[in-house]
Amino acid sequence: MAQRSANKSRLGALPWIAPALVMILVFVVWPAFEMLRTSFQEVGSTGAVKGWAGWQNFATLIKNPDLPNVLIRTFIWVIGVVFFTIIISLPVAQLLNAKYPGRKVVRWAVIIPWAASLVMTSTVWKWILDAYYGVLNEIAMDFHLLKEPIDWLANTKQSFVWLMVVAVFVSIPFTSFVILAGLSTVPHDIMEASKVDGASPWQNYRDIIFPLLRPSLFVAAVINLINVFNSFPIIWVITMGGPGYETDTTTTLAYKISFRDQDVGQSASMAAINFAIILVFIALFVKASKNQEQS
Amino acid sequence: MTTLVVAKRHKRFTGKKVSLTISAWTMGFLFFAPYLQMLLTALKPKEEITAIPATYLPKKWAFDNFIGVWKEIPLMGFIKSSFIISLSATVIVILIAVPAAYYVARNDFRGKKLFLLLVLITQMFAPTALVVGIFREIVKFHLVDTYLALILIYAAFNMAFSIWILSSFFASIPQEIEEAAWIDGCSRFTTLTRIVLPLALPGLVTAFIFTFIAAWNEFVIALTLTSSPEHEPLTVGLTSLIGQYQVQWNYLFAGSIIAIVPVVILFALIEKWLVGGLTAGSVK
Repeated sequence: MAQRSANKSRLGALPWIAPALVMILVFVVWPAFEMLRTSFQEVGSTGAVKGWAGWQNFATLIKNPDLPNVLIRTFIWVIGVVFFTIIISLPVAQLLNAKYPGRKVVRWAVIIPWAASLVMTSTVWKWILDAYYGVLNEIAMDFHLLKEPIDWLANTKQSFVWLMVVAVFVSIPFTSFVILAGLSTVPHDIMEASKVDGASPWQNYRDIIFPLLRPSLFVAAVINLINVFNSFPIIWVITMGGPGYETDTTTTLAYKISFRDQDVGQSASMAAINFAIILVFIALFVKASKNQEQS
Repeated sequence: MTTLVVAKRHKRFTGKKVSLTISAWTMGFLFFAPYLQMLLTALKPKEEITAIPATYLPKKWAFDNFIGVWKEIPLMGFIKSSFIISLSATVIVILIAVPAAYYVARNDFRGKKLFLLLVLITQMFAPTALVVGIFREIVKFHLVDTYLALILIYAAFNMAFSIWILSSFFASIPQEIEEAAWIDGCSRFTTLTRIVLPLALPGLVTAFIFTFIAAWNEFVIALTLTSSPEHEPLTVGLTSLIGQYQVQWNYLFAGSIIAIVPVVILFALIEKWLVGGLTAGSVK
């Protein structure tokens, strides 16, 4: 009986999964290969392929004097945003989990940046940070923190910090809900038992709850790493990666090279390098999740 | 009387509880604040928006911005595009992901691991990372500036998440229930539609809303693949106003509020399932 049904299911797998398989192969795998191929082609500004370019596109890209800074900035962007997102999401999740009047409303409020379009959130942040009419200057001056309005986006270092602040702001809701989901799996009697033992709340959190949250934190960290690496709208709306390439990450740089500078071949090489970076992330993720299953 | 009752109730609010409540509410406000600023700007008359010093609240509440915006920008067209694209993509995702997720949850088959790996890899790729390849493919298919291009791309990239969440829901339904239906003479398909899907409704709703919202909010692919205002979804249509000579912030933000409110409501509706869905995800 078991043998027969196993046989039947092997024959029957295709009609159930084929449509999904076709969609993924045609619209995810194909573009990936198309992009890799393009990175070795010479493409004119009209999009017509002029011929094979070998490693020429990569060579041109590597000679780009802005590239080293963009790479370093991308590294700071990804690590910084993910780090602060997780550090802040831990207490946020505690507050979402605790019992107090109006918890539901607080949860809804925290959901808004997750649900709202990233583009529109970025637009309003650009407006909040506006040098002349922005509300941030207004608040800072009313609290006597500032004497004169500041153009928050005037210098590159400062504007990049603000881009990171916005990225952390929009990443916290998802992350804190993943941690909240993790908290809901902590058995109740474990919490109670540690309270009876007279542990302080902080000891309780550090020694008992935090270790149990590690699987959730792992998932949150990996998904955030990928999202933040691919993040586009925040930078695009607020600074467009400018001035020049000074607030670009490799993701926005690839887009600029392709759709603004019209050098599709070179952009594809940048994207291929990005692709390789993500593959490393995925490999690490698969490996780490296997390790976790074993332990 | 009332004061007495209130006082009594307040007694149970220890200092700790009060500070907890205050910090939680403050946190909630901080996450809401940028959108409050969006709303307040959308309610200011044009001349107040560029007044110095800036004011927190409108002096004259310009509710008519929410009427004027429909005339000032082709908002109806943007909404129509966003709606057609998101809904079509979501329906495709559900129709394709349900059978795949169900099969994966219930059967072992040759290539299952490979299939799941493929799904996982898709999950890891944002369309942003592949935008150059997607653009060239869509040019080849002669689908630039069409709804169909966006529908297919959004469906493909959101498939993985739905398969993943639905299969964990299907797996949690005891197989005995299905076996009973088979004995009663139901086919595999009727069992799925009549027995399994109603039980997996929370998963179905979550997958539906997640896909819809992802499609509704997508920006990069829409920016790249659309070129005419009548095909632009909200995200691209509204931001195209920023680049213009004079930004009409009041209309831009009135439009944004109109775009954001429905998805926030959708998201709030699944909030109670969100935690469960994410738990299933992180345990898997």
